[in-house]
Amino acid sequence: MNNIIVLPLIIPIFTAVILVFLRNYIVVQRMITITTMIAVSIISFFLLELVQREGIIKLDFSGWKPPFGILFVADTFSVLMVLTSSIVTVFCLLYAFSTIGERHENMFIYSFVLLLVGGVNGSFLTGDIFNLFVCFEVMLMASYVLVALGGEKVQLRESLKYVLINVIGSSIFLIALAYLYSTVKTLNMAHIAERVAEAGQDPMLTTVALVLFIVFSLKAGLVLFFWLPGSYVVPPTAVQALFAALLTKVGVYALIRTFTLMFPHQPEVTHTIIGIFAGATIILGCMGALASRNVLTIAAYNIVIAVGFILIGLAVGTESAIAGSVYYLIHDMVAKALLFLLVGMMVYLTGEKLIDHMSGLIRNYPLFGWIYFLTMLALVGIPPLSGFVGKVLIGKGSIEAGSYVLLFLGFASSLVVLFSLLKIFLSSFFGETIITNEDKKPLPIASMASFIALALCMIAIGLGAEQLLVYVQDATNILVNPSIYIDAILSES
Amino acid sequence: MRINDVILRTVVKVVIFIILTLGVYLFFSGHNAPGGGFIGGLVLASGIILLYVTYDIDTIQKKMPFDFKKVAALGVLIATGTGLGAIYLDVPFLSQTDGHFQFPFIGDKHLTTVTLFEAGVALTVIGTLVTMILSISEDE
Repeated sequence: MNNIIVLPLIIPIFTAVILVFLRNYIVVQRMITITTMIAVSIISFFLLELVQREGIIKLDFSGWKPPFGILFVADTFSVLMVLTSSIVTVFCLLYAFSTIGERHENMFIYSFVLLLVGGVNGSFLTGDIFNLFVCFEVMLMASYVLVALGGEKVQLRESLKYVLINVIGSSIFLIALAYLYSTVKTLNMAHIAERVAEAGQDPMLTTVALVLFIVFSLKAGLVLFFWLPGSYVVPPTAVQALFAALLTKVGVYALIRTFTLMFPHQPEVTHTIIGIFAGATIILGCMGALASRNVLTIAAYNIVIAVGFILIGLAVGTESAIAGSVYYLIHDMVAKALLFLLVGMMVYLTGEKLIDHMSGLIRNYPLFGWIYFLTMLALVGIPPLSGFVGKVLIGKGSIEAGSYVLLFLGFASSLVVLFSLLKIFLSSFFGETIITNEDKKPLPIASMASFIALALCMIAIGLGAEQLLVYVQDATNILVNPSIYIDAILSES
Repeated sequence: MRINDVILRTVVKVVIFIILTLGVYLFFSGHNAPGGGFIGGLVLASGIILLYVTYDIDTIQKKMPFDFKKVAALGVLIATGTGLGAIYLDVPFLSQTDGHFQFPFIGDKHLTTVTLFEAGVALTVIGTLVTMILSISEDE
């Protein structure tokens, strides 16, 4: 029985509910939360090995056979995402323990983090598009609370916007699902893919695909990212890092899944639009990152740039480009979490958000400064760090397909990323120190441990590219040959 | 100033039993006929909210000293717990089973595990709804 597939969803949710009863025992809460996430990481790793051995595996809930029941599907792509998100969550939690403060811990924050992770893992693993909607909602409900928790004025303002935009997004999602169901009469993703392939992707289905595209773009921050820089910078740092690492990536995952599995038949319409959106996202994100002098906003715009960059791979659609997208997605989850934790720590240490008001941090905290430098190099894509292989693969794919404009935009964005992050480095880490030894705040050891661990992950993703590429290539193989996925789900075994 | 609500109070004393009975009936008829944990829970919750409206919060809280947030959590715990039970028995997640049992005096009864799941759903709905209404009413 393949019940292991559902564990990354159900264990966090079950534990989250148990934590509600342990509201006043904060130490117990912390221990249970981190143990749970470590357990989920280990389970995901086993799941990855299992998928490697046995190919795509599925779990029919209550034994209802597809296409009638809901099912969870584990293929290499989804399990890689689950594994990465679980590991990143462990380190974000480690950071949260030392910085988040008792006020948040008393208000069920760990429960909501676990619910968020449950929703994220569910979105990655589900094989039913309505179930995808449900898992999105679980994730979003938890994120609404996490944005608003803390009760500051700015949080109220941003959470109102965030909730409103996502409620609208979800209702459009629901409408798109209704259209989809009325045309293909099924909600099972493999079954939809099969029927769309049989009937041909007519204009009606392409329209449905584009409505879904708009919804996922809203969640992923593709062009429609106007809500993102505001709402991602208001919650506590650990939550910001989780959002940066997980939330937009779920949207990107949904986009890749939708347009490789279900609607790949009209690339001259859909993939062209994805390409235009990806290019526009990169340009707008770069403008935001260049214009801002607030460390948190610069980091938030870097998320946007990365989303655009990953989707170049999908827009181009060749095998190496999609492999690059998968690889870069993994890298970006780790690197963005680390970037947000680092800039959050800068704000915590200095009490300032503008780069002009910080200076000379590297003299007070040398290791911290160099880890920031390392993160910057990884995000820019300097070998042998983690961003390099993904960028090379996406670049190679764009050249194969002859998309030179996207190629140029993608690599020009690397320079902008370098410039925006170097701006922080030069003005905040270098220069005369503003913190005297007397008012120097000690850097919490647990936070330092999470920085080092995430930095090591980044180096490992870069140096272990050869081992990781085996998995990535397997994931890509399923993405470019949707028939493997469809056969694995719908064939009678 | 207290409004004169003697009619409401008198009516509620009788009607509340009808509402709660209907809620329980809907809950048990659930898995085969219209009804179920969600709808049963809604009716039960509306009964409880009616009590809160008729009498004041303090009186009801004295007689029903539950933290409704925890009631909701307990509900989710039961519902997901039935799923975990399926994992423990090595059948597909959320599998349900049923059977006919002979009891003394009441005779043959059809018992299902889905009732447990529905009980979880009902508790979640009650807990969530009452918490929502109470939070709104606490607003000054």
